[in-house]
Amino acid sequence: MRILSDIGKYILLLRRVIARPERTHIYKDQVFLEIENLGINSLGIVAIISIFMGAVVTIQTTFNIDNPLIPLYTVGFATRQSVILEFSPTIISLILAGKIGSQIASEIGTMRVTEQIDALEIMGINPASFLILPKIAAAMIINPIVIIISMFLSIFGGWLSGVVTGLCSSADFIYGIQYAFHPYDVMYALIKTIVFAFLITSISGFHGYYTEGGALEVGRSSTRAVVHSSIAIILANLILTQLLLA
Amino acid sequence: MITAKNISKSFNDYLVLDDVSLEFKPGKCNLIIGQSGSGKTVLMKCLVGLLPVDSGEIYFDTRVISKLSFNEMKNIRQDIGMLFQGSALFDSMTVIQNVMFPLTMFSKMSNAEKLDRANFCLKRVNLQNVNKLFPSEISGGMKKRVAIARAISNNPRYLFCDEPNSGLDPKTANVIDILISEITQEYDITTIVNTHDMNSVIEIGDKIAFLNKGKLCWEGDKDEILHSENEILNDFVYSTELTRRLKSHP
Ligand SMILES: Nc1ncnc2c1ncn2[C@@H]1O[C@H](COP(=O)(O)OP(=O)(O)OP(=O)(O)O)[C@@H](O)[C@H]1O
Ligand SMILES: [Mg+2]
Repeated sequence: MRILSDIGKYILLLRRVIARPERTHIYKDQVFLEIENLGINSLGIVAIISIFMGAVVTIQTTFNIDNPLIPLYTVGFATRQSVILEFSPTIISLILAGKIGSQIASEIGTMRVTEQIDALEIMGINPASFLILPKIAAAMIINPIVIIISMFLSIFGGWLSGVVTGLCSSADFIYGIQYAFHPYDVMYALIKTIVFAFLITSISGFHGYYTEGGALEVGRSSTRAVVHSSIAIILANLILTQLLLA
Repeated sequence: MITAKNISKSFNDYLVLDDVSLEFKPGKCNLIIGQSGSGKTVLMKCLVGLLPVDSGEIYFDTRVISKLSFNEMKNIRQDIGMLFQGSALFDSMTVIQNVMFPLTMFSKMSNAEKLDRANFCLKRVNLQNVNKLFPSEISGGMKKRVAIARAISNNPRYLFCDEPNSGLDPKTANVIDILISEITQEYDITTIVNTHDMNSVIEIGDKIAFLNKGKLCWEGDKDEILHSENEILNDFVYSTELTRRLKSHP
């Protein structure tokens, strides 16, 4: 039952979030600030994970091809497909759910328990929109860029590991990553990313906004934000894949 | 004029405000006093609409705040300045940005004008050279004063202060009391102050309401409070050695 009432509360909050902003230019500044906070500051971890995951995917694939009839460029092909279709959009979004989800929930949750949200409200500002909308917008703008960077880095990591270990030649790999390339796959990945960005920021904002109590509850909200946005991502992934690729 | 009519408020069966009716005089300092836990903060939050009441009505002049739309409420709120008990400064902003924030959101001032106004407000609460610091870098009493500066920056018509001088030394506390009373008279605003500091009561109490366990127990002004027959009130007023001595040797 709790989940149903939470979903209802979440939808009501979203309605307040998308209310028309009072001062558009302030919102614009906030969006740029959040792009830096949520996007640029996540690049480090995304880069490290992407390079290493790309490398591991490549090595795993080569080890699993023991049939001499399968050409070596399959390694490049398989790496590209797994990176573009699932690894970058879904796994990196899950990692971002952990990073920016907990950040958003604890930031807004702390503002709630220290009455900063009440202070905004008393000034006649719509705090839900003022605090959450710029974060949603920023993530929906910057996450696709982060994910594209992640795709390049993962494929680069794959190439590097193939060449360094000598398991796959540079020429084979590069032929493989160009083989049977459908631009629509990237489109599909970016659509997923944008939906995930919305889910992460709005769900985490929701948990932060409805924090009640003190420091302990802020911690709980941020855990809940991560768990619930991750579940939402997994479910949305299933639905979107069915809708977009079927 | 702000009026509360028969308001009650409870949290999970625990009755915090029990049928409280009060009138707050415009152009005067209206004090709400009472022991810790007596419901002062809850009453103030109900008055400004941050907490919904269970029953009763709150009037701002002729407007009933529970019946207002979001936009009508917004208009009233732009006339409200409020100091929270815990200061509630925005910790992502510097002191000067905090004070300028209401102006940035709602006034058409230029940046230089906003800065002037914010500096003026900070000066009135005796704060200088802290403009660039963040709330985490200043003391509790300084935070309180920044919060007062923020509350008055937008020239409010209604000023709500939840314990403006708790945590301040007696001298600064007095400066704040006098500031609040001066602003009230100067701009003819309706000021409501929660306090349990008897110094403030005697200094600025144009109208005083004494809350006890969620009930309105006594009403009067600063002269009447010293000679009341109300036992619960006297218990509160003469709870310290200092006040008892003053009573026996006036
Ligand atoms: N959000 C809440 N949920 C449950 N109970 C609450 C809540 N807020 C306040 N109370 C209860 O209401 C009562 C009055 O609290 P309030 O904060 O108004 O006291 P106060 O008079 O402001 O005290 P102080 O002088 O210490 O600030 C307390 O017993 C408190 O436990
Ligand atoms: Mg209080």
